[in-house]
Amino acid sequence: MIAALIGTALGPVQQHYLDEARQMQALSFAVHIPLVCFGVAFPAMVLLAEWLHLRTGDDLYRTLARRWTRIMVALFAIGVITGTILSFEMGLLWPNFTATFGDVFGLGFAIEGFSFFLEAIFIGIYVYGWERMPPRWHLLSGLPIVFTGFSGSMMVIAVNGWMNHPSGFKLVNGKTTDVHPWAALFGNRFFWHELVHMYIAAFIVAGFVVAAAYAVGRLRGNWGRYERIALAIPLTIAALAAPAQLLVGDWAARTVATDQPTKLAAMEGLQKTTKGASEHVLGWYDAKTGDIKWGIEIPYLLSLLSTHDPNGRVQGLDAVPAADRPPVNVERFAFQTMVGIGTLLALIGVLTLLVRWRRRRLPQSVWFYRALVVAGPLSLVCLIAGWVTTEVGRQPWVVYGVMRTADAVTGAGGVPVGYAVLALVYVGVAVALAWILRRLARSPLAPHADPQPTTQV
Amino acid sequence: MGLKEIPLLFVLAGLVLYVTLAGADFGAGFWQLVAGRGERGERIREHAHDAMAPVWEANHVWLIFVLTVFWTGYPTAFGSIASTLAVPLFIAAIGIIFRGAAYALRAGTTSLREQSAVDTAFSISSVLTPFALGTVIGAIADERVPVGNAAGDMFSSWLNLTAVTIGVLAVVISAYLAAVYLAADAVRAGDAELEQAFRRRALGTGVVAGALAVVGLVVLHHETHHLYHELVAGRGLPALIVSVLAGLATLVLVVVRRYELSRYTAALAVAAIVAGWALAQEPVLLPGLTVSQAAAPHDTLVAIVVAVVGGGLILFPSLALLFSLTLRGHIGYIGGGPASAEQLPDGGPTSGGVRGVVARSSTGLLVRAAGACLVGALGFLTAADAGWAHVIGVLSLVGFIVLGVCAALPLALQEDSAAGD
Repeated sequence: MIAALIGTALGPVQQHYLDEARQMQALSFAVHIPLVCFGVAFPAMVLLAEWLHLRTGDDLYRTLARRWTRIMVALFAIGVITGTILSFEMGLLWPNFTATFGDVFGLGFAIEGFSFFLEAIFIGIYVYGWERMPPRWHLLSGLPIVFTGFSGSMMVIAVNGWMNHPSGFKLVNGKTTDVHPWAALFGNRFFWHELVHMYIAAFIVAGFVVAAAYAVGRLRGNWGRYERIALAIPLTIAALAAPAQLLVGDWAARTVATDQPTKLAAMEGLQKTTKGASEHVLGWYDAKTGDIKWGIEIPYLLSLLSTHDPNGRVQGLDAVPAADRPPVNVERFAFQTMVGIGTLLALIGVLTLLVRWRRRRLPQSVWFYRALVVAGPLSLVCLIAGWVTTEVGRQPWVVYGVMRTADAVTGAGGVPVGYAVLALVYVGVAVALAWILRRLARSPLAPHADPQPTTQV
Repeated sequence: MGLKEIPLLFVLAGLVLYVTLAGADFGAGFWQLVAGRGERGERIREHAHDAMAPVWEANHVWLIFVLTVFWTGYPTAFGSIASTLAVPLFIAAIGIIFRGAAYALRAGTTSLREQSAVDTAFSISSVLTPFALGTVIGAIADERVPVGNAAGDMFSSWLNLTAVTIGVLAVVISAYLAAVYLAADAVRAGDAELEQAFRRRALGTGVVAGALAVVGLVVLHHETHHLYHELVAGRGLPALIVSVLAGLATLVLVVVRRYELSRYTAALAVAAIVAGWALAQEPVLLPGLTVSQAAAPHDTLVAIVVAVVGGGLILFPSLALLFSLTLRGHIGYIGGGPASAEQLPDGGPTSGGVRGVVARSSTGLLVRAAGACLVGALGFLTAADAGWAHVIGVLSLVGFIVLGVCAALPLALQEDSAAGD
């Protein structure tokens, strides 16, 4: 750990509403991150449908791609604005963080800006180019959207990886010196697992949410060839990504065990540094005794998972002063939620693949489709629980071991007012988004566009 | 001028592009707001939306560019500005939410009545955002932002004569740029009536913008005399002259209906104002903080230059593609253009096509390859600990997903022959 902070660029301030500032940031993030999943993963599904159309000549795929395009553009527009809010909040809520370390991490966002720029340009070309560009060129114009979705996440997560595992600078009296931004962002071993974990999560979320929408339709008897294919594409992708995510999650947890032992201790509620530590499923961490109450104990599992040795040593919360620990129960609950739902989604995925492989069809049980309907929203909960795990687990630091969140916050008044206004606006945006998605789902393509395919129910 | 000033040049260039491109977008919202009722009002709203829809997101990103380059290159100044001017920046952010939401929502509207309701409801933000961002510029120019975390006054820093004048000027410039752009677009669409409507608006707002600029100088004379002096008698003077000439040229070009050219002269006028401000204020960024004091360390500045130049090499050809496709009508708001039927691949739904996809890929082989990848991922990602092993593990995992999709998808797509729903 780097020596604790001596000073900051803008000096100390009193902020009575630090927790409100944290919650406002968390709200903005929780609203934005599901949209990111659609920005990253959905274009790939749209392009897959369009490619199937070009490959087979079947107009059904084209109709599917065009309808999904309209959903994609609506979600992208909302994602643009919620992302803009996040970049404003870097200054509005955490000016001292940006003022002190902008020269170290800012480059990541500057490059992400270009990535986002290209994404916006090619979304414009792709969306408004339907019917007007030669089909092959139109398909090609969509590829940069997929690439920039990846490179954009890479930049943002490089910054997050740096916040969790900072390097590439020295801090002297609140001024950064000896700054090496490329090394800080990309020479950091901590960010690769985060990137892979998030990128696969995007496909899981987009896959299950889209599949859930058509599963609702199937339960209502809306089930023709069009709907089946519209369900099969996202479901197949999610069914493969969800089990794969278990391996990535395991890798991520081992990296956290090495680089952020206190975060891991909070995720597990492990009070004392232990050899041969047990894993506790469910239960409640009691801060007074440092025990897990009512949890199901599995001996040696924690040591085995985090060190590959059943008698391995796992660092506990008591290795750092109480003021340097994250809120254990929030962290534990978020972590267990993520793991629990993630495992459930992986099971649904494995089941889908088994039925596909053995019986050569989609599952037919009504319970499978009921499970899918629930899996859509659950995948969103899982996603947000995962980000709570990594972000709350970083507390009380904004830059791990270097700058406390309390030292990063703005000195300006009115944080609760801003929080309330933003919450209201986001409720409005959510209602509007729900309205438009229902509209898009119901309405056929514009009258001058394709004729309705006969296969559609 | 050295390395320490170069990122500031990028920021100022980004600002000019944001004002001229996204400004036109906000201005279009302004014209939607005041378009009035009835069929004619709806046509104006419709036209303003259709012209902007494909480009607004790309235009909007210039603001992100300005923010990110500024906080990377001059972090202390950014933190000071963002904390003192939190209120106008927050108003601008909320305005941007509404503006973006309007575009998203419009995709779901089915009738003209719904569309105009959405436009009107959200157009207020088109006035709020440029005004708030204008006051931010005004507050910085008026030396109201001291270095520190919210060290300046939360309200009087931007609710003062200079800042408010520049805020209003930003709104009028936006409306003016939009009118010019929309008139040009109406010419391309061959709509003489709309062209007339926006030409009148362009001339009217152009005159108002010029008058406001003069008022702004008077205000500066009283409120920020140092800046005024540098602008009319010092380093800023050449830029001021260029701005006045470009502004007048723009009006003349609108009168003679050379709209396309007038967009560039309008952009030049805006650029000259920004340049004049920068020259007049130089070398001071904030009170007591010069540009070179505020600048990030050497390596970061070099990294910014590399990133911006490298990014620009990809960005500008892409932008050129977007604008040329828009201007040539290769892309456009759904608007039912010639749906070139000859471009569609012939043949309707043929199940043979789907089987073709299946036949070309041997499913059994794919399943086995996907399984091998999964085993590889287990070994290299889960069991092994070395960095290079994890790289192989991640690649195996990606291979598992991609091969798995290739194996599993065709089965689902051809299913109708087997399952027969």
